[in-house]
Amino acid sequence: MRTNNMQEIVLKGIRQIIMLILLIYLVFPFIWLVSISFKSTTEILTGGMHVIPKDFYFDHYRSILNDSNLIQSVFNSLVVSIFSMTIAVMIALPAAYSLVRFKTTIKNVVLGWILASQIFPAILIIIPLYMVLRYLHLTDSIFGLTMVYVVWELPFVLWMLFGYIKNIPLELEEAAFIDGATKLQYVYRILFPVILPAIGATAIFAFIISWNEFLFALVLMKNPENITLPVQLSRFTGMEGQARIGLLAAASCLATIPSLILFTFMRKGFKSGLVAGSVKI
Amino acid sequence: MNQHSLKKSQEFSQFKILLPILIPIIFFSLLPLGRGIYLGFTDYTLGSSIKFNGFENYFQLFKDHYFWKSFQVGIVWTIAVSFGQLILGMGLALLLHSGIKFFSIYSVLIVIPWAMPPIIRGIVWRQIYDPDSGILNSVLMHLNMIMHPINWLSSFEHVIPAVIVAGIWGGVPQTTIFLLAGLKNISTDVYDAAKLDGAGIWTKFSKITLPLLKPTLAAVLSLNFLWNFNSFGLVWVLTQGGPGGLTRLPMLAAYEEAFRYGYVGYAAAIGNVMIIILSVVLYFYLRIQFKEQVKA
Repeated sequence: MRTNNMQEIVLKGIRQIIMLILLIYLVFPFIWLVSISFKSTTEILTGGMHVIPKDFYFDHYRSILNDSNLIQSVFNSLVVSIFSMTIAVMIALPAAYSLVRFKTTIKNVVLGWILASQIFPAILIIIPLYMVLRYLHLTDSIFGLTMVYVVWELPFVLWMLFGYIKNIPLELEEAAFIDGATKLQYVYRILFPVILPAIGATAIFAFIISWNEFLFALVLMKNPENITLPVQLSRFTGMEGQARIGLLAAASCLATIPSLILFTFMRKGFKSGLVAGSVKI
Repeated sequence: MNQHSLKKSQEFSQFKILLPILIPIIFFSLLPLGRGIYLGFTDYTLGSSIKFNGFENYFQLFKDHYFWKSFQVGIVWTIAVSFGQLILGMGLALLLHSGIKFFSIYSVLIVIPWAMPPIIRGIVWRQIYDPDSGILNSVLMHLNMIMHPINWLSSFEHVIPAVIVAGIWGGVPQTTIFLLAGLKNISTDVYDAAKLDGAGIWTKFSKITLPLLKPTLAAVLSLNFLWNFNSFGLVWVLTQGGPGGLTRLPMLAAYEEAFRYGYVGYAAAIGNVMIIILSVVLYFYLRIQFKEQVKA
């Protein structure tokens, strides 16, 4: 028994050590980003290994507030991400429900599209998409990009909701239909609150997909007033290079915060296996 | 109502419910996609008219040295990054599943790379790899492991491993979360029974965890394959495909052909060849899934 206990303790120690090494790899780059965002440009360029800056320097964050292009791009990113997330989840919810309940040809077509959409390189869609948008007078428009992102998020949103709804017992809707509810009333009034946590998790992923997206925004948005945050940040890296690295780091930290907050909300979800329903592919 | 018309009416009512997703899918996905595949069989260059030229693009691709190189890099990158993510993700998922102390802190920390947009991942790693002010060189020189600063992202021998390390890093969180979910689905009864039989850690892992996790592993690996092969943003920021085209992934090659040189038809042809490769991956994935379902 005693040796067993010893073994257990050693094993726990080893686990924590491996965990620590992996954590350094995963977390350190972000810590470093935060660190250089508080360093003066001179301190950044001289290098060194100080994670804590010699003097805390807030000017990079101050200059973000004065950079109207940057502020505008944050605003654009927020608008596009929030609207595309909301639209995608709202239209996907009844669709996912009907994909679970009905066994028809259209069901197989849609499920096939979900899977196939993952293998098509964006480059194939992007040029014709530009042509379609131009035809609809939606090029270089926030609304156009929002619609593109809705469709870009849909496979993922549909798939996750499909997984959750599959686990909802049939009795729930039978009871609703006996009370005279229509299908759409059932979906939005009864199903919606029941799977709200799952919808929240799905919405968070949808938000992050468009918040992070780069290629479509790069190609489709030309007017500096319309570009999104990732595109704006990528512009900094090219021309001015290292001279504005502090500002770039500060802006990058701010760009990471929304997703980080949302993920923290989801912590409970990871624990309870909320994500599990969606992964049973 | 007979069987046939029942099916018809079901079909129609589902069609009505699906309409709000079908319209955007058709206009913003299916039509452009069909058009894109077609462009791969034309000589379309930006600003000119579109002319069908059959397989001309593919004969050219076949002779194009840069194209072969870019696919080679793409495949090396995809395999290395996907397996790296799988191995590290598996390790992390097992650790998190083992009832480790501080679980809730760890589970928040490990998603950090995921929360960063690919562009920012590139910015961070460029800073880490910077030859003059990068922390990697500082640390290695401090430990006396190297004598002179290394220019990680522009040296021919170091750039591929450097880019791969950054690539793996970005995908570990997703992989871990998916695998963790898979582990949670394995019933604890199986382990209890094995424990009674006196099975050790390794036996339990190789005889229970691994076989039961196989469908999840196959799903995660295939998805990572698809995503990594199509990835763009990270390497775009890190190297723009350099030095000397050494990290020019297929997507970067296609992007350059289309938007730097204007050869849209040619770029679409590259995209079509990518589809063929990715379909093979998808085929193997579906076969594994199908076999599992037959067994179950």
